[in-house]
Amino acid sequence: MPSASTALERVLANEQEVLAEWVQLQLGSATGRLDLMKDSELREQSREFITLLRAALATGADVSLTSPEWSGVREFLAGVSRSRALQGFSPSETAMFVLSLKQPMFGRLRKQLESTPAEFADSLWALTVILDKLAVSTTEFFQKSREDVIHRQQQELLELSTPVVELWTGILALPLIGTLDSARTQVVMESLLQAIVRTGAAIAIIDITGVPTVDTLVAQHLLKTVAAARLMGADCIISGIRPQIAQTIVHLGVDLSEVSTKATLADAFTMALRKTNSSITSLAKSTATTQS
Amino acid sequence: MTVVDRSVKPIQTPEDVVRVRQVARERAVAQGFSLVDQTKLVTAASELARNTLEHGGGGEVSIEVLNDGLRKGVRLTFSDKGPGIPDVELALKDGYTTGGGLGLGLSGARRLSNEFSIQSKPGEGTRVSITRWR
Amino acid sequence: MEKIPILRMGRFLLVTIQVDMHDRLALQLQDDLTARIVTDRAHGVLIDISSLEVVDSFIGRMISNIAAMASVLDARTVVVGMQPAVAITLVELGLSLEGVRTALNVDRGMELLRQEVEAAGRV
Repeated sequence: MPSASTALERVLANEQEVLAEWVQLQLGSATGRLDLMKDSELREQSREFITLLRAALATGADVSLTSPEWSGVREFLAGVSRSRALQGFSPSETAMFVLSLKQPMFGRLRKQLESTPAEFADSLWALTVILDKLAVSTTEFFQKSREDVIHRQQQELLELSTPVVELWTGILALPLIGTLDSARTQVVMESLLQAIVRTGAAIAIIDITGVPTVDTLVAQHLLKTVAAARLMGADCIISGIRPQIAQTIVHLGVDLSEVSTKATLADAFTMALRKTNSSITSLAKSTATTQS
Repeated sequence: MTVVDRSVKPIQTPEDVVRVRQVARERAVAQGFSLVDQTKLVTAASELARNTLEHGGGGEVSIEVLNDGLRKGVRLTFSDKGPGIPDVELALKDGYTTGGGLGLGLSGARRLSNEFSIQSKPGEGTRVSITRWR
Repeated sequence: MEKIPILRMGRFLLVTIQVDMHDRLALQLQDDLTARIVTDRAHGVLIDISSLEVVDSFIGRMISNIAAMASVLDARTVVVGMQPAVAITLVELGLSLEGVRTALNVDRGMELLRQEVEAAGRV
């Protein structure tokens, strides 16, 4: 409603006063958390929020989570959510940052619109809607940034759990532990290919002893990995195929005719050695000679 | 979600296809995509740009840089006023070609993207949109 | 007009693709290579794509075509130097490079070609 945003904008025109009162309020309340943030930073955050809020209100556009006029405010709040999360604020404390602006604005709106109760009611409603929506969005940003952290940790975990080992010159081993979903497969492929480039390996043994189930999807992911390695000039041997897995593979009709498979890593290693024209021999036992 | 930047490039010549790849790469790099994600986006863009040129009789692509809270993405929308695709489902089926390689390009681009949408009717041209998120 | 240079190394031809190829250039390369295989009586073709950051279905088909035409002329084709990101993308794209052997780099590729030619009994 254009008239409502005009009223709100008029209130914010006394920017310095509103800012001062609002900052005082936050510093005095428990959610100000001066133990986590310097008051100069709080002041700066509050000042910027008011500036951006004024600019958005001036456009007269409805506050929504997608309109470009409100993108400045949204981006700013996303940043605030994130930095406060890192500082240790709880999501409600961050939401209170926005909601606490209601009080200084209520007071001024009342003074300005006392004589026109209908307009006062409209503006009050508009203010509540706007600040509530923005406060809720800070909680959503908070959650999203938490999800980002979890996601990042998952990635690191994925990378840690897919080590590529150089068993012998030109022979890599990739022991897979756990399920092989499409996200994991991407990480596996990248690790393996980078290792091929780094070591110049021509053979990669992918051991699936630690993969609990092999269904059509997992089989597809394995075949993709093999295909990618082949494009880089390396052949793959899949080892660690348990009897149940062998049965499942046949039942599913997965075509492994293009891929070498072995039951154990040891067998795969022997095969790999043969392919690279190497072998392991035992040293001849030396018979002890006694000197007489 | 906001569209931080939008530009439109023509696809009328083979050189334009090269430029589309370059611009897609630039946007992906700017959004902080990993090398693999960049390559997937640029390759999908290449497929669709070629389709637009060869099957759509030329057209254009709009390149949008997206910010969704903390998620960053790039969206490419290819449009032409060509003959259109009579059976989109069939065209999307893996490995299907009309003898001119249209099929692999479409289904390939879909596989390489996080989001994919297509509108096409004979006589009304074609519009394909792909989005890749970081 | 720009052309992709084709080098001869013994009985093999070496092509290094460094530019972002457009269609005319790709078709020109196919023609030139086929002609050179005949005139040089080449036993094999080595295609170095280590500079290519993007290989789409068009380039993929070009490579497969080259391999097929070379095969008809009794020459082997080996592609070397594919970048990891490209390999991952190609696999996702579902492009299989039919009839094309691959190797990590030029050295390995040459070795592979020699082995294949030996196996085929060509002198």
